[in-house]
Amino acid sequence: MTATTTPAAGLAIEVDELAVAYDGHFVLRDVNLQVAAGDIAVIVGGSGCGKTTLLKAIIGLAQPASGRVRVLGQNALEHSELEQRIFQQRLGVLFQHGALLNSITVGENVALPLQMHTQMSGSMIRDLVMTRLNQVGLVQAVDLMPTELSGGMRKRAALARAMALDPEILFCDEPGAGLDPVTAAEVDNLLLTINEALNTTIVIVTHELLSINRLNGQLLMLDGGQMVFSGPTADARNSTLPQLRQFFNPG
Amino acid sequence: MTGLSRDGNGGIRLEGELTLHSVPQLELELEELLAAQGGPLSVDLSGLTRLDTAGVVFVRRVPTLARTSGVAVTLGSLPQHLQAFFDYVGEVPTAVIEQEAPSTPLERLGDRLIDAWDSLLTFLYLLCDLTWDAIVALPKRAGIRHGSFVDQAVFVGSQGLPIVAVILFLIGAVSTLQTIAQLRQFGANVLVADILAIGITRELGPLMTAIIVAGRSGSAIAAEISTMKFTEEIDALRTMALDPLRLVAVPKMWAMILTVPLLTVMADFMGILGGTLTGVLSMEISLTAWTARISEALMLKDVLTGLLKSVSFAWIITVIAVNRGLQHAGGASGVGQATTASVVASIFGIIVLDLAWNLIFYLR
Repeated sequence: MTATTTPAAGLAIEVDELAVAYDGHFVLRDVNLQVAAGDIAVIVGGSGCGKTTLLKAIIGLAQPASGRVRVLGQNALEHSELEQRIFQQRLGVLFQHGALLNSITVGENVALPLQMHTQMSGSMIRDLVMTRLNQVGLVQAVDLMPTELSGGMRKRAALARAMALDPEILFCDEPGAGLDPVTAAEVDNLLLTINEALNTTIVIVTHELLSINRLNGQLLMLDGGQMVFSGPTADARNSTLPQLRQFFNPG
Repeated sequence: MTGLSRDGNGGIRLEGELTLHSVPQLELELEELLAAQGGPLSVDLSGLTRLDTAGVVFVRRVPTLARTSGVAVTLGSLPQHLQAFFDYVGEVPTAVIEQEAPSTPLERLGDRLIDAWDSLLTFLYLLCDLTWDAIVALPKRAGIRHGSFVDQAVFVGSQGLPIVAVILFLIGAVSTLQTIAQLRQFGANVLVADILAIGITRELGPLMTAIIVAGRSGSAIAAEISTMKFTEEIDALRTMALDPLRLVAVPKMWAMILTVPLLTVMADFMGILGGTLTGVLSMEISLTAWTARISEALMLKDVLTGLLKSVSFAWIITVIAVNRGLQHAGGASGVGQATTASVVASIFGIIVLDLAWNLIFYLR
């Protein structure tokens, strides 16, 4: 995204009556949601409720059984392969375990989308990579292999790669999973900074309360494959819905 | 209107959207312009409407690029609404590459020799450990999981049987055709069956079986153990006070040592069968005469030395595969490297052992 764009009137993501099934078994059913451009949407729910599947359906990695998904006003299923590749460049994904390519260095990981999708010169790409790594505090790690990084560093490097092309929407699958509370907070703050500075729409799947409170975005709650709540985090905290009360006051 | 244009006073003006998409073109234009520029250059940025990260980095690079062309640059100020983003992206950090003193060829050679010596020592230690553990495991099976030997034996032996049989049958057939073609020139056709029987039982049977097993089972052992190392399973075994060598490697060792000779017997038989097929078909000789000739040429010594060799091959393949697996470093791609290295080293080991046995048995 760019600095000048004010929150567009349009919606970044629209999901209508989405159903996803694996082997005839429905994981998601009748899911409706809308995320406005520039918003932070937090998808929550217990383990196995279909959070990750919903994220995959939105990104286009899982095929819906029925319903409609529109991202940035486009339906991925109507795209040709080429259109889909161009469209995918406008999205960034931070995978749960980072998914850095282990056979190349951290710097090369971040440079990969830039080399493949733009015609910029080598030195320009190098400077851009260094700037990106500087933003996540990993300049020192540019020549290290991903296996030499700690979990938190790997996730920050993966964030730098996901942001390499300045995507309009950033998807994050459990960004805090497996991180200590301090590092998890750092990752959350990075996401907040990106959202503020670039006006990037951010969709996060998580089940960590601290993270949810820090991000303070639109909360979408899934339970048993259905959307049971959608609204600001503050409203969710005060909701009388049993699932939400249990979620915010476990034990 | 995005682009780079000259203003009247020897300066340039950047206009419009400075993003990933426009930067590559602007880079080229700027380079041309700097090469032609004589005096100091002022850059007017007030016409910019959009910036992304690539755009900011481009602007930040202008003074650096100009300096290398010997041009002094003054950057104008950005439009108000872009300044905050420009500051957020921040400076381009200079690469912090800690230059080590370049090593001399002699130092590199020394490093390599030390590395080679270290890995040889590790290999020899493992060879002794594993062999000793395997021998100790015979009388008392402490530390070995029930059924693991049979699983391995089925994998190495009976599942490996079809491929070994087919390959040796074909090799027997081909080598006999070649022998016939050569010996015919000397009228020594009568020796074809002898050469087949001796060649297969002494060399081709044990050797080809071992190479197939190294590629099929040695690689599987290396991949399995390096994956176990990678996923911390080896560490988990240690914390349960279980010896990974005993639990994982020893059953594989015995499975290999017992099944590879059996495969070799099968291989010998199939090789001779293949040779018989092409021999009887291409020479005017009856099947009875041929088999009589074969059984006359077959010596117990040849078969037994072949089997002895195959035991040693099975042993070296296992030791090398386990060693490569345990040396694993570097994530998922390390598993692939361990597997490849294991197969290459095993084949080398097999050939070296084969030479050693030949020197022992046949050097006069």
